[in-house]
Amino acid sequence: MIITRALSKRYGAVTAVRSVDLDVREGDRYGLLGPNGSGKTTLVRMLLGLVYATSGEIEVLGRRMPRHARDVLPQIGALIEEPAAYPHLSGRANLTLLDAAGPGGGVARRTRRQRVGEALEQVGLAGVGRRPVKAYSLGMRQRLGLAAALIRQPRLLILDEPGNGLDPRGIRDLRELLTGLNDSGVTVFLSSHLLAEVEQLCTRVGVLDSGRLVLQDDLAALCAPTGRIVVDTPDADQVAALLDGQVEHRDGQRLLVRYAGAAALNTRLVGAGLRVSSIGPQQRTLEDIVLSVTGAGSDQIS
Amino acid sequence: MITVELVKLLRRPRTWISVVLTCALPFMVAVFITITHLVPPPGQGSAFLSAVLQDGALYPAAALALVLPVFLPVAVAVVAGDSIAGEATGGTLRYLLVRPVGRTRLLIAKLVSVIVYVLLVVLAVTFTAYATGVFLLGPSEAAAVGQAPGVPGGAVGGSAPGLAGQAPTAGQAAGGAVTSLSGAPLSLLQLTERTAGAIAFITVSMLGVAAIALFLSTITDSALGSALGALAALVASEVLVTLNAATVVQPYLPTRYWLAWIDFFRQPVFWRDIQRGFGIQAVYVVVFLAAAWANFSTKDITA
Repeated sequence: MIITRALSKRYGAVTAVRSVDLDVREGDRYGLLGPNGSGKTTLVRMLLGLVYATSGEIEVLGRRMPRHARDVLPQIGALIEEPAAYPHLSGRANLTLLDAAGPGGGVARRTRRQRVGEALEQVGLAGVGRRPVKAYSLGMRQRLGLAAALIRQPRLLILDEPGNGLDPRGIRDLRELLTGLNDSGVTVFLSSHLLAEVEQLCTRVGVLDSGRLVLQDDLAALCAPTGRIVVDTPDADQVAALLDGQVEHRDGQRLLVRYAGAAALNTRLVGAGLRVSSIGPQQRTLEDIVLSVTGAGSDQIS
Repeated sequence: MITVELVKLLRRPRTWISVVLTCALPFMVAVFITITHLVPPPGQGSAFLSAVLQDGALYPAAALALVLPVFLPVAVAVVAGDSIAGEATGGTLRYLLVRPVGRTRLLIAKLVSVIVYVLLVVLAVTFTAYATGVFLLGPSEAAAVGQAPGVPGGAVGGSAPGLAGQAPTAGQAAGGAVTSLSGAPLSLLQLTERTAGAIAFITVSMLGVAAIALFLSTITDSALGSALGALAALVASEVLVTLNAATVVQPYLPTRYWLAWIDFFRQPVFWRDIQRGFGIQAVYVVVFLAAAWANFSTKDITA
């Protein structure tokens, strides 16, 4: 759905994006992670033809961008940084105007009212009425921005920091909405600096650091069990003695053990009369992975 | 896209507030004149103002002359300067462009909406001033003159027809005593045509400012900056127009032929300055629109 080859962008002396080879496949829920200032927004803007690449190629929905923007963009719904709307108009009027501004012809015109209504319903703004957008809360604006991305029933959603300004309930609603859309065939590409958001939603992740794509893989593969077992036990000394040589790391009552399976280890420890408070396979969190491949964010001057 | 821009223009409170304010200035002037019966002597002050006491129906022309030098260009510079920069600041520009709206298309739509805005203001001023003139200053020449025997404007009116001549309006059906600035009478049809011509000329006169502001609007994301930039260009032009030492560049200044719309009310119409006025505005529009297009269509949208 999205392929970039050696994509770079320089602003004067600053290189915002360096030779990025992005690969987003149809049906993915792709999360682009990276610290603030790592080039996520610039990359997203290049995909949408807002910012022109210094070098490299972009292919979106199988067509070159930005050359075929007129054919590609109508099939994409986008949220770019903050949502934006005309403050003196209602949410519905904003969506109607935005939809009318672009191509689509008579078919789009006839279905406009219905599509706008559906989009507002999808994001939970159906009952908001004629209130002008300037009276909206931050979360409502975010929902309206999402609705704007949905009015044309896109094949691909490109969302830059979609969770901004949403409360916990809003974030859960967003996750359910995006998962539902993804199930019905929409590819979702989102950028975020919130690891938890990406970890709970995405199937594939890319990590951007100082403009470089330092990691791109399936989340399941990245977070696969490491083959080690984490044991919490008040009898740490005895366990260490019993499993001599298999304990790789000890931190107070927590032991990291190389063993064939958590169940087998548990049976052995309990059989030996040792107490176990918790036991389970070790899994790397996305946070561990991301922090291991990225440096300090570029907004941190040191 | 043009329809959308027009809807945006017409649904924006600012549009109507500025129209009302622009109409309020001539109204205020009319109130003062009605109360005091003091008008500038012919040949001095704002064009046509000396004649309005004789005929309130002349007031639209006087009103246009009042708003043309400052109010109208300020309003145009604000609207045109806001056109792209305002969308950029509000964040709506990026959403329009990925909708997608072609960048060239957007520029054209913005220019059209500015033209419609100017027309709206000019027409509003013309009609409200006609109403004001007829109701406040009185429609009939005799009444006005009779009420103000000691006022210079009223007294000199007859003796200096070339200067204190009467400008007509489209709405003046009755009376029939409308004379051109040159003294010859004008028929109602001629009158309507010439008023329409003057309105068209004033609208076109504003396009130079609009194009400059639109160009600046693509350079900066600050609507205020581009509006003020365009006004600075205008002020510079106005200064040079009155400066004898700058005679060489005067024919190329955007405000040089701004007052040529008065020539529509001469008999026969004095076409030379009108044509040059149209010409110079066309040049400004072409040059600055091309510059705006070149800049905007290659620009990284980072706002």
